[in-house]
Amino acid sequence: MTAVVDLMDYAEVVERYDPVLGLEVHVELSTKTKMFCGCPNLFGGEPNTHVCPTCLGLPGALPVVNGKAVESAIRIGLALNCEIAEWCRFARKNYFYPDMPKNFQTSQYDEPIAFNGHLDVVLDDGEVVRVDIERAHMEEDTGKSLHVGGATGRIHGAEHSLLDYNRAGVPLIEIVTKPIAGMGERAPEVARAYVTALRDLLRAMDVSDVRMDQGSLRCDANVSLMPKGASEFGTRTETKNVNSLRSVERAVRYEMTRQAAVLASGGTVTQETRHFQEADGSTSSGRTKETAEDYRYFPEPDLVPIAPTREWVDELRTTIPELPWERRKRIQAEWNLTDEELRDLVNTGAADLVAATVDAGAEPGEARSWWVQYLTQQANAREVELADLPITPAQVARVIELVKSGELTNKLAREVVQGVLAGEGEPDEVVDKRGLKVVSDDSALLTAVDEALAAQPDVAEKIRGGKVQAAGAIVGAVMKATKGQADAKRVRELILERVGS
Amino acid sequence: MSNISRDEVAHLAKLARLAVTEKELDVFAGQLDQILDAVAKVGEVAADDIPPTSHAVPLTNVFRADEIRPSLSQEQALSGAPAAEEGRFRVPRILGEEQ
Repeated sequence: MTAVVDLMDYAEVVERYDPVLGLEVHVELSTKTKMFCGCPNLFGGEPNTHVCPTCLGLPGALPVVNGKAVESAIRIGLALNCEIAEWCRFARKNYFYPDMPKNFQTSQYDEPIAFNGHLDVVLDDGEVVRVDIERAHMEEDTGKSLHVGGATGRIHGAEHSLLDYNRAGVPLIEIVTKPIAGMGERAPEVARAYVTALRDLLRAMDVSDVRMDQGSLRCDANVSLMPKGASEFGTRTETKNVNSLRSVERAVRYEMTRQAAVLASGGTVTQETRHFQEADGSTSSGRTKETAEDYRYFPEPDLVPIAPTREWVDELRTTIPELPWERRKRIQAEWNLTDEELRDLVNTGAADLVAATVDAGAEPGEARSWWVQYLTQQANAREVELADLPITPAQVARVIELVKSGELTNKLAREVVQGVLAGEGEPDEVVDKRGLKVVSDDSALLTAVDEALAAQPDVAEKIRGGKVQAAGAIVGAVMKATKGQADAKRVRELILERVGS
Repeated sequence: MSNISRDEVAHLAKLARLAVTEKELDVFAGQLDQILDAVAKVGEVAADDIPPTSHAVPLTNVFRADEIRPSLSQEQALSGAPAAEEGRFRVPRILGEEQ
């Protein structure tokens, strides 16, 4: 059945209606084990090999909460400027569906661990939009179904389904925004920018892989429209599992144009789940949404309440790293960058690396120069992302320090970096192994200077007669004798000293 | 006074995947009403300063270290399944949509 869907021109949509968004993001935590059992939390694997009686929901098996997952949940809440519950519980969300072998999902209902927060989101033109966070709660992921017999591998027309429970029970944090209203035509962009900011934040915190392509970060987009000037929200739809940043923007935009056409023709929007079609950017109708009552939530009797002490919360607060956009704002101010220069740094992936190098003690200009020039060339030559080069910001900072202290020249420094990239170890090890230290010991240099002067007495005589520029020939000879490891400026000083004495 | 309607019982039965006959609906609606009335008595003594009890043991923060423990083998995992295929649990056609 292919129905022709009416869509309204986007410009007309935003002229006549105000969009309201609500975004639900599910994040799989990168803990070693699942939420309620010790099975490994790994992507993929042979089907049903990361399972045990607890995550299979076998009779008599009891869950035990993964403390690390609670810690991550609290940290995420803090990074989103949320209040952290003094006391909260898990709840059973009851529904029959084969991807949950227990026939309920252990989740949180009216007592989320984190609530009332916000995330400031920077749009492409630099405008900052504050997205209010309703809550962040803990739950578990479901298994994966494979539908067999349908023409498209989808559930419709399938003869039967096959279930792999490796993912069932993987720790999940669901982050829900408050309604995002008043964005007008920028609503789709705000949606993408919000998910992008959240992804960057979670990555910086090292709590999740945030791989949208692998499903470790998933977004459901709630969209509704209300006529301009109205104060009551319209009926919303929820587009599920939109799996790329670009798709978030497309899905919101599509729903806006579809709903507007429905409303303008005098119809009503059905409250339902919709599926995003990656191929053409459209959404299609799914099931009609259950009401919360249908899930018959009740407190999970097998798990005792969680009451994070304020000491613990304060301790976790100190582990929140500098947030990506704050760091970017800081480096922009510190390095005097234009918005464009900053965006280039961010887009090439250099911004965070440069900032980390500066944090490791290097001067911003030097750090930037190394990453943007020499190391970017190296990355391009190897066809890898800058961040994937086998050298760390701390190692780059050490090389810069060695140059600053005069132990390396710029030329030698590049050789040291080559050594690090080739896997020869830390910068200092490369210096030792390759014998790259600048000869700074004056006595060793003086020997070389004396030898060079003795070998070219005519030049020595010229210098003595006042032709200081003739010293260049002696400098060259000394540099050659020391294989370029001498500081040319110091050599020159020593030559003039020697000749003058 | 009736707390629960016959329609609500029918809806609950559907959610719980219970096959309940028309006659049983009348019986259960009456019985559930009595049960709800009995439970509601608790509300008469509950005061604002007494939080609802969900757990009989006065414990909080029971956590497990994030350490991997052995899983079942695929064979063990599927041993109780009525049907299996390609290392997966095989279930009948699913009506309705994906979660």
